[in-house]
Amino acid sequence: MLNYIARRLMLAVITCAAISVLTFIIIRLPPGDFVDAYIANLASTGSTVTADQAEAMRHEYGLDRPVIVQYFLWIARVVQGDFGVSMMWRRPVTEVIGDRLWLTMVVSFAALFLTWTIALPIGIYSAVRQYSIGDYIATMLGFMGLAIPNFLLALILMYFGFRYLGLSVGGLFSAEYAQAGWSGAKLWDLAKHVPLPACVLALAGTAQLIRIMRANLLDELRKPYVVTAKAKGIGNLRVILKYPVRAALNPFASSIAYIFPYLVSGSIIVSLVLGLPTVGPLLLQALVAQDMYLAGTIVLLLGLMTVVGTLISDLLLMWIEPRLRLTGRL
Amino acid sequence: MVEFSLLSVRELAVEFRADTGTVRALDSVSLDLRPGRVLGVVGESGCGKSVTARAILRILDRNGSIVAGRVLLDPDTPAETDLSQLDPESQRMRGVRGARVGLIFQEPMSALSMQYTIGNQLIEAIRAHNDPGKAAAREKAIALLGDAGIPRPETRIDAYPFQLSGGLRQRVGIALALAGDPDILIADEPTTALDVTTQAQILTLLRRLQQEKNIALMLITHDMGVIAQMADDVAVMYLGRVVEYAPVGELFHAPRHPYTRALLRSVPDLRATPRQRLATIGGAVPQPNARPTGCPFHPRCPEVIPGRCDAAPPAPIPPGAAGASCFRLEDAA
Repeated sequence: MLNYIARRLMLAVITCAAISVLTFIIIRLPPGDFVDAYIANLASTGSTVTADQAEAMRHEYGLDRPVIVQYFLWIARVVQGDFGVSMMWRRPVTEVIGDRLWLTMVVSFAALFLTWTIALPIGIYSAVRQYSIGDYIATMLGFMGLAIPNFLLALILMYFGFRYLGLSVGGLFSAEYAQAGWSGAKLWDLAKHVPLPACVLALAGTAQLIRIMRANLLDELRKPYVVTAKAKGIGNLRVILKYPVRAALNPFASSIAYIFPYLVSGSIIVSLVLGLPTVGPLLLQALVAQDMYLAGTIVLLLGLMTVVGTLISDLLLMWIEPRLRLTGRL
Repeated sequence: MVEFSLLSVRELAVEFRADTGTVRALDSVSLDLRPGRVLGVVGESGCGKSVTARAILRILDRNGSIVAGRVLLDPDTPAETDLSQLDPESQRMRGVRGARVGLIFQEPMSALSMQYTIGNQLIEAIRAHNDPGKAAAREKAIALLGDAGIPRPETRIDAYPFQLSGGLRQRVGIALALAGDPDILIADEPTTALDVTTQAQILTLLRRLQQEKNIALMLITHDMGVIAQMADDVAVMYLGRVVEYAPVGELFHAPRHPYTRALLRSVPDLRATPRQRLATIGGAVPQPNARPTGCPFHPRCPEVIPGRCDAAPPAPIPPGAAGASCFRLEDAA
């Protein structure tokens, strides 16, 4: 078992290194560099930059050095916790991302929690009462949830929230708290703002999860161990929850790995529409502006989240699946 | 011989709803399970053996239902209960499962959950009826595993099913079926998935426990050899009907039904000459949704009476009596 964990950890480190290289390549892929983008941006507002100034800027940011050198300069400082300076904001990347990272976490976890608490019971019901009216309704709502774009739902909810409920929708804070320091009142304000984006973000995931749970459980319900358990004379609900549901949950432990980064990167449009101060919109701006260090840091973070998520999944699966724990395979 | 029954199945009919229409899986099935006796139920795949077992325990799949007949527990006593009338989810029905009727399953690999230790699954069965408390239930679980011939039960109890061999798993299955101290056991092809040596050991164990505890055992199999070794009485089933019902000696020495004779002919013979072909029954069991009219066996029957056997089915065997459901016999009588 320790062997297994050690192997997983080593693989994780190697994967992270590979991700950092890939990240760097992706940032460098578009033609031109930050200075080009910066000049174009200035030109659109009427100012101009001389060739000398441009050259000086390139030198300042190290953009005139060979690509490999640029990579190692970058990664050497990243390892020490220095993610560089955002060229666009002219502030350290850590400062720019700052609160956004954990606000993203708050929204993401709220969405994840909502997804699981809604989807699992409905999925179980749908499977146990397959082809009942309730199952058909859940199926229909599920497909609608998959088909409706998140941002559209966000717009509709915002409209109705504002028009009929007089809610200040959008953002994670009311205007008076946005720039204020942290206080109990600000936390409460945050708590009031989280449900709407969480609901919107949970929609597609919930729909998908209902379908997955239903399919998994339908497979498990047909297995002979369910008959064995029923023949013991214990109640049906207990049989279903203890045996097939437990078995059907395994794939969910594995899905944690990709849910993390999806919730961050998949929510860019919704975050823009709702004006959420999260990482997603920042990534978009950084990519558009070719803000190398900022974009690189965010993409790297997404990669690391995937790796950590996978690691958590593996350990969780080992914990809940005795066959994996004791024999090392399923 | 004990004359009273613990469980009497009377003219039981079960149907399954499918997209293509209703399929009748059991038709007028009658059986008697008597204390200390083994009823062998034999027939080819798909003849309704397992459906009978599940119908008795009321654990049919959701699209299946009992449409006629009775399942009488303790018949002709003041406590007589018709299980077919109970709600499958009711407290009374759950009290029957495990505590009155134990089930031994076919696939020792898939019939136990791989996520819990055998102790967990066994103790759950013990505590489902007359809960003696956690510690006492564990003691009893260890004793049951020992009774079922599992070496070192006090350590094996904490093993997971995948850590045991097929034979040991089936012994766990037997311990599980006995956990609620039932007086009736249904063993659904308990040795089909095991190799021959293990099979013999499991059958010996089953016979010993059944004799010791004076249990009424319903042994479902497709193997005439198992029937010869184990059964006191035999019900031969074909396409959801009992076609012959007889004490085991009569069945082997004077089979009444053409299907029984065909089954007995297809048992490999040790005295056969080399290269002699095995006798088989021509054709295959028809699809349940394409039941032949008349006697269900007539398309494959070597003794078919044209114009008679394909018109209407012969009368079922009178409950509780030996006999066969065949026009040839009706004619002879």
